[in-house]
Amino acid sequence: MSKRVPLEGSFAAAEAARMADVDVIAAYPITPQSHIIERLADFVANGELNAAYIPVESEHSAMSACWGASGAGARTFTATASQGFFLMHEVLYFVAGMRLPVVMTVANRAVGPPTNIWGDHSDAMSARDTGWIQIFAANNQEIFDFVLSCFRFCEDPRVLLPAMVHLDGFTLSHVVEPVILPEQEEVNRFLPKYQHPYVYDTDKPMSYGIVMSPDTYAEVKKAQDITLRESKEVILQAWKEFGDIFGRYYSPIEGYRSQGAKTLLMSTGALSETAKVAIDRKRDRGEDVGLLTLHLWRPFPFQELYEALKDAETLIVFDRSISLGGPGGPIISEVKSALFDRRRDIKFAGLVGALCGRNPSVEQFEEIIDRGREIAEKGSSEVLETIGIRG
Amino acid sequence: MESEVIKFGKNLVAKDEFLSSGHRACQGCGSALLIRLALKALGKDTIVCVPAGCWSGVGSMYPETAWEVPWMQTLFENSSAVASGIESAFRILMEKGRIPEKHVNFLALAGDGATNDIGVAALSGVLERGHDIVYICMDNEAYMNTGIQRSSATPYGAATTTSPAGKVVPGQTTWKKDMPAIVAAHEIPYVATACPSYPFDLMNKVRKAAEAKGPGYVHVLSPCPTGWRFPPQLTVEIGRLAVETGFFPLYEVEDGRYKLNVDRPTLKPVLDYLKPQGRFRHLSEKQIDKIQARVNRKYAELKARVTAQAA
Repeated sequence: MSKRVPLEGSFAAAEAARMADVDVIAAYPITPQSHIIERLADFVANGELNAAYIPVESEHSAMSACWGASGAGARTFTATASQGFFLMHEVLYFVAGMRLPVVMTVANRAVGPPTNIWGDHSDAMSARDTGWIQIFAANNQEIFDFVLSCFRFCEDPRVLLPAMVHLDGFTLSHVVEPVILPEQEEVNRFLPKYQHPYVYDTDKPMSYGIVMSPDTYAEVKKAQDITLRESKEVILQAWKEFGDIFGRYYSPIEGYRSQGAKTLLMSTGALSETAKVAIDRKRDRGEDVGLLTLHLWRPFPFQELYEALKDAETLIVFDRSISLGGPGGPIISEVKSALFDRRRDIKFAGLVGALCGRNPSVEQFEEIIDRGREIAEKGSSEVLETIGIRG
Repeated sequence: MESEVIKFGKNLVAKDEFLSSGHRACQGCGSALLIRLALKALGKDTIVCVPAGCWSGVGSMYPETAWEVPWMQTLFENSSAVASGIESAFRILMEKGRIPEKHVNFLALAGDGATNDIGVAALSGVLERGHDIVYICMDNEAYMNTGIQRSSATPYGAATTTSPAGKVVPGQTTWKKDMPAIVAAHEIPYVATACPSYPFDLMNKVRKAAEAKGPGYVHVLSPCPTGWRFPPQLTVEIGRLAVETGFFPLYEVEDGRYKLNVDRPTLKPVLDYLKPQGRFRHLSEKQIDKIQARVNRKYAELKARVTAQAA
């Protein structure tokens, strides 16, 4: 029997790693992620998880140790946030390029300066081009479910890529919500043992990460891109099977009262839950508006986006990170680019806010929708319009 | 499986080769020599992590590889951390019965820049955590692969492309960072210095580093004809002079106990070592005296430590 228990988001992530029976954890503390690795340290110390726990001296080494462990055939997990995430940046490319299915949770946090600890998605967005699968959770149940399902599709021989599950710092990492934990037997049915086809084996020596000239490099990168794009089908299959076993079905873009709506708001992560209440209020007042929650950020869900916008006339995208000097938030930029050839009729509005934990209230989400509609109709004098920010 | 061996005097050396010929190292490369010897000492069951450096291009350029053991290119600063992940994975997978029990050597093989400079934090972490790995520093005293730039291992006075011998500044202005001492301060089971000019000593030390329970560190002076500006046929000779002058003493620290492996009654003058090398050709008599004084002091300190422990 599955059980419904109160868990903060960090513990939901740790529970998923425990139930996935991870073999190696390389961990370095950083707020607001630390509860994840502390919980895992408890599990190992109490014999509830038989794993090698490597308390490394930096996030760079955390990801490096994950690389070695995953390549040696161990199911491998780590967690980080913000500055720590940036310190691992160099290694992220290698873990993806070496085709290692490491799973990592990122308790998303703003980037300094100013020095901060609170949540936004600036860290996550910096990894867009690293080759990792990137998934955003909107609540603690999704954290558990996404972490567990990541092991399944990342380790699939058709994929063999790493994934990061993004959870909003504090808003999810430190907030207790009810989470349904499955039976171990169900997890085992969903998640086979990890077997990498090209582990480091002294009986079958191979060279990894070999130098390539301009003659061959680009073909490898192209192959990596194709694999990441095609991983979406494997992700969809895994989520279908996940739903069949656990009863919760996921999709790259989740709609909420979005069917047939002329105006859609797109949001990512935990703030979508607040946005849902704003949508309810507007619907109660007879406004034709719905919500799209973007779960899968890489590979980008083009097809799902086209389908979600089938009946829409206006799309308002709320970005939780700022692309300094750029064409707007990262999500609006990519969504626009994805739709340029397909839907020139859609009116867009991009708004950036909720930086560093300044989370909008329900009322402010209503304002975001109202202002978004105005921009979509009349345009904005600014390339990048922020909301809820002075000056 | 016992390897076939060749007898050199009292020493037996495995005939196995794990670094193929035909790689792209410069003529007279000290590190090619030391890798060949180290892999002979460690044997087939060895997994090698090598960071960015000469051996990125020298040993493996697609579609070729000179490595006949599992080998990977790591980032500049993380070969030790990657090796620690591999070691941890093998340990837990053996414990869980997922892979057969056997002894595997996990070797991080890095240059002096990767060891002393950019990778020093990662290395310190691996040593402190006690991972059962072997770390070999191939010390050719500068960033040779990128074009002979100074590192913290470059000796005082040496000319490199970023510590050139100019009219005002005569080469490297700082003293070589004493990396083996820094490693020894971690109180790991085994630390040694070695040089391919002393092949049996080098192989024995690599073997001891592998047999130690926990990290074993061997700091190998790796003469570099290209970077040090000497004719390639002198590699072994230059390495010998480094030891015979006391410029690079061969010693080991086994469970905290120091031992000098080559201790001549009198050291040759340091000039014998400096003279054949173009990187030192600009040195003034005053600078050479300064180097000699430093070598004398460091050597005396080392001897004093050995003698005090023996007493």
